[in-house]
Amino acid sequence: MVPTDLRYTNDHEWVRVVGDEATIGITAYAADQLGDIVFVDLPDVGRSVEQSAAFGVVESVKAVSDLFAPVSGEVTETNPDLGRNPELVNSDPYGAGWMVRVRLGDAAQLDALLDPDAYDALIAAG
Amino acid sequence: MTDPLDLPVHLTPLTEAHRELGARLIEFGGWLMPVQYGSIIDEHRTVRQRVGLFDLSHMGELYIEGPDAGAALDAALVSDPSSLAIGRAHYSMICTPHGGIIDDLIVYRLADARFLVVANAGNAATVSDALAGRLDGFRAVLDDRSLATGLLAVQGPRAAEVLAPLTDVDLTTLRYYAATEGTVAGIGGLVARTGYTGEDGFEVFVETSQTVALWDALLEAVRAAGGQPVGLGARDTLRLEAGMPLYGNELDLDTNPYEAGLGRVVKLGKSGDFVGRAALEKVARDGPSRRLVGLIVEGRGIARHGYPVWSGDRRSGVVTSGTQSPTLGVPIAMAYVAPDDAEPGTVVDIEIRDTRVPARVVALPFYRRDA
Repeated sequence: MVPTDLRYTNDHEWVRVVGDEATIGITAYAADQLGDIVFVDLPDVGRSVEQSAAFGVVESVKAVSDLFAPVSGEVTETNPDLGRNPELVNSDPYGAGWMVRVRLGDAAQLDALLDPDAYDALIAAG
Repeated sequence: MTDPLDLPVHLTPLTEAHRELGARLIEFGGWLMPVQYGSIIDEHRTVRQRVGLFDLSHMGELYIEGPDAGAALDAALVSDPSSLAIGRAHYSMICTPHGGIIDDLIVYRLADARFLVVANAGNAATVSDALAGRLDGFRAVLDDRSLATGLLAVQGPRAAEVLAPLTDVDLTTLRYYAATEGTVAGIGGLVARTGYTGEDGFEVFVETSQTVALWDALLEAVRAAGGQPVGLGARDTLRLEAGMPLYGNELDLDTNPYEAGLGRVVKLGKSGDFVGRAALEKVARDGPSRRLVGLIVEGRGIARHGYPVWSGDRRSGVVTSGTQSPTLGVPIAMAYVAPDDAEPGTVVDIEIRDTRVPARVVALPFYRRDA
């Protein structure tokens, strides 16, 4: 069962919204599928990300994967620990392995995302 | 996602054992193989520090036998198998008449008139057909035992201590790139001191029907020595650190041995013609038009297969393999670059997703075990 306080994308990102601040990461399922994560490339603070558009890259030993933004907004913070410890995405994907925070432009965009039950069903279907 | 079992792939006798160990299975070279059992980095470090067990039953085993077997292989390959002592092995390649590499091989001399050629899984059928054709006119026959042979590798600094109690082979006298018949866990086969990890280690060839029993015995011994099974993911990062080429990445039909830094393998001094001689003599004389180098990425990012390499505004070449090195903790890569850019210390740029990231040419290998 995935965390119930988050919304999810079909591409296995999660978003946690508190007020107008949205914290974004990838799910435990995605981290497990990727395997050992060795590099995370994130946008600079101040850049804008667009819902469903690629905003960064996560690399495991074997593969490169784009990160897709669950919501649009301006980047206010990136996780400073991932530069030195990208494996935090594997060990704590919903906590210390968060990736970026953005100022949420349009809260209605959350309606387009999967709720925890729908995301659970998505990963159960493989 | 496509179920890998929908694909027309060969299964090794260990598919079920790999599943029970929690392996992720992928299609590789026409075979369903374990890419990882858990963490690739863990598996990699286990081989560097202790010992790992690999299922390599996908590799191709081609036996060449007959009074002309040595002469036939001298004419078919770039090396000189006829000069091998019985019980010794060497690295070789089979090339086209134009000097392109059909596959890279290990050739073992098992007896005066009997050789084993080990080919990559994805090329085994091609090599088998090409070799069979090249035996024409020689008193030698080819027996393709790829599907009848299981191959397991024990690799790492503790490989000898794992294998010694299980085998009647005297490992203290079995040299690197040597092989001998013997038993392991009571199972008869061929024990070779070869590998693809940069560590000491052994490869054991047995009949397919014995593979599971051999795996069970070796896995127990490997685990008792602090080791674990290791998949193709770590096999790739291990060989890359060791500066060893992978067919399909560093080597292909459009690549000649000199470009790949493997000119020493081509024995132009051997008597008689061999397939590719004229083309390879020309490359040896004129020098290759590009060179395989090692790169350490000095900026942010990981170089991957296919990424362009630049020297200023001049396109220099292309990355053939790249990963984050688990041992060195930095991104490493191999690439073909212009001869002018191949000197260690040269700084080039790798194009990583529209960004030019500096990388330094270094001598291969990236990692060499303590002798």
